[in-house]
This record gives sequence, C-alpha cells and structure tokens, in this order.
Amino acid sequence: MPFGNTHNKLKLKYTAEQEYPDLSQHNNHMAKVLTSEMYANLRDKETSSGFTLDDVIQTGVDNPGHPFIMTVGCVAGDEETYEVFKDLLDPVIEDRHGGYKPTDKHKTDLNPDNLQGGDDLDPNYVLSSRVRTGRSIRGFCLPPHCSRGERRTIENLSIETLASLEGDLKGKYYALKNMTEEEQQQLIDDHFLFDKPVSPLLLASGMARDWPDGRGIWHNDNKTFLVWVNEEDHLRVISMQKGGNMREVFTRFCTGLTKIEELFKERGHEFMWNEHLGYILTCPSNLGTGLRAGVHVKLPNVSKHEKFGEILKRLRLQKRGTGGVDTAAVGGVFDISNADRLGFSEVELVQMVVDGVNLLVEMEKRLEAGESIDDMMPEQK
Amino acid sequence: MASSFTRLISKRNTAVLLAGLGAGTAGFLLSENSSLAAEAKKKLYPPSSDYPDLRKHNNCMASALTPAIYAKLRDKVTPNNWTLDQCIQTGVDNPGHPFIKTVGCVAGDEESYEVFAELFDLIIKDRHNGYDPRVMKHPTDLDASKITHGMFDENYVLSSRVRTGRSIRGLSLPPACSRAERREVERVVVTALAGLKGDLAGHYYSLGDMTEKEQQQLIDDHFLFDKPVSPLLTCAFMARDWPDARGIWHNNDKTFLIWVNEEDHTRVISMEKGGNMKRVFERFCNGLKQVEHLIQERGWEFMWNERLGYVLTCPSNLGTGLRAGVHVRLPKLSKDPRFSKILDNLRLQKRGTGGVDTAATGDTFDISNLDRLGKSEVELVQLLVDGVNYLIECEKRLEKGQEIKIPSPIVQFRK
Repeated sequence: MPFGNTHNKLKLKYTAEQEYPDLSQHNNHMAKVLTSEMYANLRDKETSSGFTLDDVIQTGVDNPGHPFIMTVGCVAGDEETYEVFKDLLDPVIEDRHGGYKPTDKHKTDLNPDNLQGGDDLDPNYVLSSRVRTGRSIRGFCLPPHCSRGERRTIENLSIETLASLEGDLKGKYYALKNMTEEEQQQLIDDHFLFDKPVSPLLLASGMARDWPDGRGIWHNDNKTFLVWVNEEDHLRVISMQKGGNMREVFTRFCTGLTKIEELFKERGHEFMWNEHLGYILTCPSNLGTGLRAGVHVKLPNVSKHEKFGEILKRLRLQKRGTGGVDTAAVGGVFDISNADRLGFSEVELVQMVVDGVNLLVEMEKRLEAGESIDDMMPEQK
Repeated sequence: MASSFTRLISKRNTAVLLAGLGAGTAGFLLSENSSLAAEAKKKLYPPSSDYPDLRKHNNCMASALTPAIYAKLRDKVTPNNWTLDQCIQTGVDNPGHPFIKTVGCVAGDEESYEVFAELFDLIIKDRHNGYDPRVMKHPTDLDASKITHGMFDENYVLSSRVRTGRSIRGLSLPPACSRAERREVERVVVTALAGLKGDLAGHYYSLGDMTEKEQQQLIDDHFLFDKPVSPLLTCAFMARDWPDARGIWHNNDKTFLIWVNEEDHTRVISMEKGGNMKRVFERFCNGLKQVEHLIQERGWEFMWNERLGYVLTCPSNLGTGLRAGVHVRLPKLSKDPRFSKILDNLRLQKRGTGGVDTAATGDTFDISNLDRLGKSEVELVQLLVDGVNYLIECEKRLEKGQEIKIPSPIVQFRK
C-alpha cells in the first residue's frame, strides 16, 4: 500500500507466531520457503517506500494453489524488495528458476544478429509468432504498491517516450479510461485489449487498484509492436505477427526495446536492472529476461504422443492454450514458448524456441505420415 | 470488579478508554512514523497528483470527497497507521452498483471515523437521511419488551430475522486487521460465546477446520458464509488470509447465530421460521446483552459512542447496525404500482430472498427496515413490525377487492 508501513510496527506487538500465516493447505513457492523462523526474522523489515513482508506474501497467503501450475505466491513492491527480503526471495528464485543461485550472474543479450535462423518456421503449422517482456522504470514503486500519483507519472512518461518512436515503430496511445467504443472494439478485434485482471493471484496483490486510472495500450500503426502500460508491470512490451518469421518478430522486439530504453534515458530515467537478477519485474517469475517467446502452432498429432510432455521438458519449452496462461488448447493448436526467464539471455531463449518448434513441426510431419519419431527425441537442454 | 479495574489502568486500555469517550483521537501526521524516503515522496507527489478520478463514479464517497478534503486528509493516519487512501480504495475501485448507491468507503479502525471525520461525516449525512454526527446523538435501546403487535399473520410471513454487528474495541476492523488481530477477535468472541447457557448454548465451527459433514449441515441450514466475491468487499481488503480466523457459531436450537470475522468482527443474527418477530427480537437483545457481559468480564468491550452508536466497518451499518426483516408473501400488493411508494413511506426496503443483491422470485419478498442510525433498535423494529402489518393489511384488502391507501411518510431528520 502506498506511503507508509501500513500497520507494520503495530503488528510487532504481537509475536511472530501469532502473525505467522497458516500455510498448511498451501502449495506455492512462497509457502514452501517461508518458515516461521524466516517470518520472525523478516517481519520487522520494510523497504524505504514502506513495502513489508506481509505485502510481499499476501497474494500467496490468499491463493493456496493453482490447479495447473505452481505459482510464485509473492510479489515485489519496488526494486529494493529483492534486496530487503532476499532471505525469502533468493530461495524462491532458486526454486522457480532451475537452481539459479544468489551468486549467479544473468546475461542480457538483445542483439538479434546473434540469433541463428528463425525466419522460416513452417507457416503451414506455425500460425503466429510473438515475443513479450516487461520493463520497470527505476525509482518508482511497482504495481502492487504504487500510488495513483506514481502510476500516472509512469503513464505520462511512457506516453511521452512512445510518442517519439518513428518509422515502422510510430504509433498511438489509447488510455483505458478514455477510449471510445469504436477504439475499444478495434483493440479487441486485434487481440490487443487487456482488461482489469480477474485472476485472484493478481487481485490479492493490489495490482488492480484504481482501475482503469493510469492504464493504457500503445501500438504502432502496423500493429506489430505493442506496449501495455501499468497492467501487471510498468510496461509490457510485445512484438507479434502472423506466420512463422520469429526472426523478424525478435528483431523488431530488440530494436524497439533498445530505442525505448534510449528515449527514457534521454529523459533521465532508466530501467530497473542489475547483474544478478537482470530486468526487475513485479513477479519473481519474470526476472532476468522477463521474456516469453512463443508461437501458436498446430500439433494435433505430437500433442497426443505419450512423450509430448517429456519432449517439451527436454526442449525447455512450455505449452499453453491459445487463450494464454490459464487456458487449455483448442483444436490441436498450442501456444508453445520458452519455460525459462532467468539465467539465459534473450537470444538464447528465443533460439530455444526456434530450434524447439522446428523440431516439433518435423515430428508432427513424421507422425502425419504415419512414421515414428523415436529417433528424434532431443537431449535435455 | 477489582480485576476489570486493574485492567482499566493498564496501558492497552488507555486507548480503549479514550475511544470510549468518543474523544477525537488526533490523527498522527505521517511524518511521525515514516522514513526519509517516504517523506521526500510525499513532497514530490502533492495530494492533487493522487486525487482519484471520480468522474464516472456514483457512490457516497465520490459525492463527498472534494480535492480540498482529500488534500487535507491524505497524509493523516489513525493510531493504527490506517490512511485515507485505504478507506476509500473500495469506492475508487467500484464506481457504482447497478441497484443501489453504495457507500464507497470503509473504516479500518474505530479512530477512522474521527481522524477522517471531515469525509465520514458527509458520507454519514448522505447515507443516513441527514443525520449529523457533529450535533446529533444516537439512541440505543435493546429493551424488547417494548415491542407491540410483533406477531405476524403466518399465512403471509414465512420467517423473521434480526441482524446486527458488533466490533471489539481496541482491535482493528476487517479491512485493516493483521492476522494476529483477527485471531484475537476470534479468541475473544469464541471464549465469550462458550459461556452462553440454556437456549443460547451452542457450538463454534471454524471455517478452516470444519468437516465436510459440518459444512454440508451449515449449508442446509442456510448458515454458512463463504469468502466474499463482491468486489465491494474484496477491494476493501476484507478477504485477506481467508479462511484464517473466520467461523460460525450457532446455538443448538439454530435460532441464534454469530459470524466471526466476515465483514465485521461479529455479525449477530436471530431468526426463526414463522411470524414471531417479538420473540426473535427478544432473543436478539438477550443474546447480545449476555455476550457483551461475557466479554466485559474479561476486560473487553464493544465499539460504541454517543455520536455514532455501534461502530462497524461500513458507515452504512453505524448506529444500530440493525436490519430486521421478514420473508413475506405479497402476491397482489407486489404487482400494484403503488408498492414501491408504500414501502418508501414506511421506510422499508425490499430485496429478493437471496439477500442484498438478488431479485425476488415469485411473490415472496425480503422486507426490512431501511434505516440504521438515528433511531434506536426498538424504534426500528417497531417500524418494521408496523410496516409489515400494514403491508399484510393491504394484501388482504386487495384479496377482497377493497381499496388500499398509501400511508403518509414517516418523519425523518431535518436535512
């Protein structure tokens, strides 16, 4: 909650045991890590903007478990959260990001020339390609904690900055609270519109406060580069197009991001980033690259193969329905994307998707032809 | 008693005493508690930059909260560190309700009503027909023997019910309470209820611990409450840590029921099938008095003061917090175009039999008192009794093809 430590000092008059949450029914990363000893050690701390341990964990206390995925169960309210509460967040990060240690360094690589291939994923199978990430503006509180004044400042900064983009990146901003019915319908038809979160995972962390104040969508005239302002992060940046030219999507992604970062710097602002955690975002699951590169791809045969899950695991890929994170696949069409975010660079992750999807499509063709794919099983990446 | 006297002079109860006198506890300025960075941020973001956009809003908070009031109150905190932004968050997040003008504001503690009086007093006036907390006093009267004609015709009235809420002084309210405070509320209440005897003897079911069988029984009895889904409540932080320290107590006869830590510290309900509202209210008053006595024995008391009566989370429930109602069949009257006007003049409200946000099915309505503050419990229940009797009279007359009259409106406060 904005401005102040919201009750924290008064809670200290109760013992840690009296305040410690009941996590006996819980199954999320926070619940696995937060012992009563750890709670006792961390509960009197707060970041300089007043974000407390209870603020960090509220979403995980309120949401014991998710049917499909192991949720994180904690959020950051500002950049400092990851420092002040490292005793909790480091093990959560390690658990969530495949053993990433507190001493590990994260590599950032936004040079699309380092990507090999990726321009010719078979469009008979790959319907669309997309890369997304998030960025936070240093010095401001994150969505769970920011005040209306901060959120509006972030919005204004973003509008100003994005207005300077040129060429194929030139575009327009649509504030959620001001858009006309027509604009709204167009954005829905383009699959661009985001709405007030309904997921209790997000609501319980305070991210939906004051909706739709300070929220909006920017996209370029070509509708291939899109920025969400003040949804789950300060900025979510998305590059997408129909078809299988992931290379082009990633190139535009890198160019756009680099340009935006430059424009923010010209105005005296930088993105939250450090050597250890890479780009800092609200949810610990999005640290590092914050990058999800994915395709919508037809895999009706492969997806029914008994080893589908194993194949994906070895390729370090993840499947979702085409509606996004909490949906199931429809008609054999899957959203296939990288499972990792931290500990691999952007180029490395997109490479995994490109190579992995190429393999999956090959497998699909084999199975279509009634042939076996046993000799195509990949090694664990 | 000597023991309660010694408690009275203990530090914890000093605040309790102050609050009990209805004294305006001064709002501490944020600077007393915050760090340098928060201070700097306060200057960087003047109140005008934080003032919510209420142009599309239609609730009592939005009607009352001017930029000037916001600027004055934004940096104040209650002794529990509760802020104005936290009070109004639910009203900012929920612009309007389709059926009713919502309040849009909650208290985090008893002191909220003092520290943010400039806003709350306006909301109270708006919501409670011009009741002015600065100059008026609220009467409390729980003497059920005063009720007359409280036995309804059971050909029409299917059930009778009275509910209110009570808050434990010294502990923060559901929007603000920590887990430990909420557990303390549960402990204080459940300990007290264990002392009830005779027809009030009963049992507590913790929401987190109940068995499947117990849960099903509570559902069948229409006693079980679940995690709030209404954004009006979830945006006010009331559902945090669910179901920790929430539960339901009821007597063995299933006529007296207490909800613990739902929207208020306690919600107290007396109910029966049939039309004996007098007996329902008698049990209500008797039960409430006994519970109050039992918590006082241990050095606790209910939040109450002369200006606002019983203090509850939502300003709409101040005063008596009382909703007395019946499920009543009114097949002819409900179709008469004068029905709404009759209800209005009688200071009654209709709801569907599913509760506050439901529409009526068939001809059976939930009819209850509209008012909460400025009239005593006895006055409100008598109003309900007289009103329902009048409605039944109208129904009977319409059955016989006779004429009915719209009654004169019941007198309200000067606006």
